[in-house]
Amino acid sequence: MLNIKDLHVKLEEEDKQILKGVNLEVKAGKVHAIMGPNGSGKSTLSYVLSGRDGYEVTGGSAHLGEDDLLEMEPEERAAAGLFLAFQYPVEIPGVGNMTFLRTSVNAQRKARGEEEMSAADFLKEVRARAKDLKIDADMLKRPVNVGFSGGEKKRNEILQMAMLQPKMCILDETDSGLDVDAMKLVSEGVNALRDAGRGFLVITHYQRLLDHIKPDVVHIMADGRIVKTGGPELALEVENNGYADILSEVA
Amino acid sequence: MDNVVDDVMVKEGVDQETVDAVREVGGAYKYGWETEIEMEYAPKGLNTDIVKLISDKNEEPEWMLEWRLAAYERWLQKKEPKWAMVDYPEIDFQDQYYYARPKSMEVKPKSLDEVDPKLLETYAKLGIPLKEQMLLAGVEGAEETTGAPRKVAVDAVFDSVSVGTTFKDELAKAGVIFCSISEAIKDHPELVKKYLGSVVPVSDNYYATLNSAVFSDGSFVYVPPGVRCPMELSTYFRINAENTGQFERTLIIADKGSYVSYLEGCTAPQRDIAQLHAAVVEIIIEEDAEVKYSTVQNWYPGDENGKGGIYNFVTKRADCRGDRAKVMWTQVETGSAVTWKYPSCILRGDDSQGEFYSIAIANNMQQADTGTKMIHLGKNTKSRIVSKGISAGKAQNTYRGLVSMHPKAKSSRNYTQCDSLLIGDKCGAHTVPYIEVKNNSSRVEHEATTSKVDDDQMFYCRSRGMDEEEAVALVVNGFCKDVLQALPMEFAMEAQQLVAISLEGSVG
Repeated sequence: MLNIKDLHVKLEEEDKQILKGVNLEVKAGKVHAIMGPNGSGKSTLSYVLSGRDGYEVTGGSAHLGEDDLLEMEPEERAAAGLFLAFQYPVEIPGVGNMTFLRTSVNAQRKARGEEEMSAADFLKEVRARAKDLKIDADMLKRPVNVGFSGGEKKRNEILQMAMLQPKMCILDETDSGLDVDAMKLVSEGVNALRDAGRGFLVITHYQRLLDHIKPDVVHIMADGRIVKTGGPELALEVENNGYADILSEVA
Repeated sequence: MDNVVDDVMVKEGVDQETVDAVREVGGAYKYGWETEIEMEYAPKGLNTDIVKLISDKNEEPEWMLEWRLAAYERWLQKKEPKWAMVDYPEIDFQDQYYYARPKSMEVKPKSLDEVDPKLLETYAKLGIPLKEQMLLAGVEGAEETTGAPRKVAVDAVFDSVSVGTTFKDELAKAGVIFCSISEAIKDHPELVKKYLGSVVPVSDNYYATLNSAVFSDGSFVYVPPGVRCPMELSTYFRINAENTGQFERTLIIADKGSYVSYLEGCTAPQRDIAQLHAAVVEIIIEEDAEVKYSTVQNWYPGDENGKGGIYNFVTKRADCRGDRAKVMWTQVETGSAVTWKYPSCILRGDDSQGEFYSIAIANNMQQADTGTKMIHLGKNTKSRIVSKGISAGKAQNTYRGLVSMHPKAKSSRNYTQCDSLLIGDKCGAHTVPYIEVKNNSSRVEHEATTSKVDDDQMFYCRSRGMDEEEAVALVVNGFCKDVLQALPMEFAMEAQQLVAISLEGSVG
C-alpha cells in the first residue's frame, strides 16, 4: 500500500536535512505506529507524504500503490486515497463544517471521475458518521474548527476521514490535547475504519493511544531515520524506559 | 445573472457551479465580448450643444433641458476630486462620446416584441432574458434544494438608452410605476420634478454634477402608499460602444408604508482603453417604507497589467424622509479598473434605519475606494455597516466611511465592522473611518480586522481534495458570508461565482 524508500528531505528555507533515509512499508489492513522524540522527523514525514510546501525531497521515493506520491499535487494525493489527520486542524471562518465536508467529498469524487454524492445521500451519511463520533448538528453547522475545543477538532478530523474513506490514513499526534474520554471516542472512530483494504500510520509520542488503537507494527524514529522496528511490545518498552535506552542501543 | 439553472445547490461556501464557472472562464472576463450593431453617436466632446442634443433625443420638456444646462454650468466650475486612494491617468472629458444608441432604437419600440433581435440576443447571452418568465433559483443556506420560481422585472439599458422593461403591465396593476427615466420625464413629470435632485443635489460632487447634465437614461420606480411591490425590480446596464461614457440616472420613490427590492447588474466589453461610467442613484423612502437595493458590479476590470477597464464614479444616496423608514444597500463590487463609490443613507426620520453590506474585490491592478456614509439626523436612528474588502494581485482596496450623529439624533446607534482579506503579499488594504458624534446619547462602534488567506488554510483544503481555485473560493466565500446572506437569492448565487472568478489567477 504505502511504500517509502530511502527518503531524504530537507527544509527549503533553512537548508536543514530532516529525513535522512526513511524506509517504510505499510501493507493494506495493517496499522503501523511511529514513535520518537521531538524533532525526530515524524511530523515532517506526514507533511511530505501529503504534499505540504516548504520541503525539498533530496532523494528516495514514496508510492501509494502504483502512484508516485512525490510527483502529485496535494489534492491528487487525496483523491488517490491518502489522508492526513492534522495535529493542528486549521480554522476556516465563515465556511460551514458541512459545506467543507461536502466540497471535499465531491472534489475527490470528481477527480476520480465518479458521480458527485447527492445532497440527500450526503446528509444521510454525514449524520450517521457524526453520531458515532458524538458530533451534534450544531458542530456540523459551525465554521470549520472555529471555536472548537481540542477534542472537537480531533473528532472532526476523524469525521472527515470517515466521510472520505481513504485507503491510507496518517494520524499526526491525534492524541495530543485529548482527555481520556475524547481519546476513547477518537480511537473508536479510528478502529471502526480498520479493514482489510486500508492502511494506517499512527504518529504519536505516547504509548497510551496505542492502548486504544492496537498497532501491528511499531517503529521508533530518531534523527530522521527509523532506528528500530518491532511489535506492540516496543511501544511498552518506550513507555517504561523512555527513548534513551533504545537510542543508545542503536547508536 | 446566470440564474436560470436547473438543480443547483447553493451553500454558504463554494458550490459546484462556482467551481465549474472558474474552470470555464480560465481567468478571462466572462462578459468581455462585444455586440456588433449599428450605432448612432452624438459628436465627441462635451458642450451645451451636446447637452441640448441629449435632451432633444429624449424628447424632453423644456424644464428638463434647463435643469441640465444649469448642471452643466455648475460642472464647468467644479474640480475633479482627488482625495480618494486611487490613481489613474487624467480623463479627457472632450475625448468621449456622451450619447450612443443603437440605430434600431431610433423609433422607440412599443413592446418587447419590436425590440431589435440583436439587442435581445445580447441580454440573453448575458443571462438576462428579456422575456416575462419565471426565474428558477436555488435557495441560499438551506440544506436541501428547493426551486422557488420567482418573477423579476427587468429594465435593460444598453449604452445610452433603455431597450425595454418587462412586466410593466403587471406592475401597473399593483400601482407600481417601473419604466426608464426618459419615459418617466415625459409621462410622470410631476413625480420627477418633485424628487429628481432632491437627494443628490445637482452640485453635490463633480461626477454627480456631470451626470445631471448628460445622463441619458436609467430607471424610474414609484411604489404608491401601502403597496408591497409584487416582484423584484432590476436594471441591467451594458456598456457596448467604444469611447463612450455611460451616465445613468436612477430614481426610486417608496411612498408611505411601501416596500420594494431592487437589483442592479452591470457588464462591459473587454477593451484596451478605459471607459467612464458616472451614475447617480437617488432613493426616497417615506414613512414606514422600506427599500432594499442590491448591486452586483462587474464592469470590465482591465487586464492584469491594468490596461483598459471601466472608471466607475458613482453617487448613490438614500433619504429616509419619514419616520421608521428603512433602507438596505448591498453591493458586490468585483469589476471596474477604478471604483469610487459610497452608497449613503440619510436617516432623517425618527427611528429610521440604514444598513450597508459590501464586498469589494480588487485583483491584479484594480483599485477600489468604497464605503458608505451614515448621516443620523433623526432620533433613535440606527445604522449598520458590514464591509468585506478582498485584495489580491497588486490591487489596492480602501474602505472609506463616515458615521455622523447630529445634535438632534438623540439615542442613535451605529455599528461598523470592516474586515480586510489579503491574498498574496503585493496588494494593499486600507480602512479610513470618519466618525462625528455631536450629541451625548448616541453610540458608535467600530471594529476592524485584517487577515490573510494563509498557506495553512490552503494546504488544509487541498489535502482534503480541493484544488487551489476551489480552496480560495471556499475561504473567500466564507469571509464574505455575512454579506452574501444579505443578498436576494438570485444575486447571492451570481455573487458566489463572481467571487471565485474575480480571484482566478490570484494564487499559485
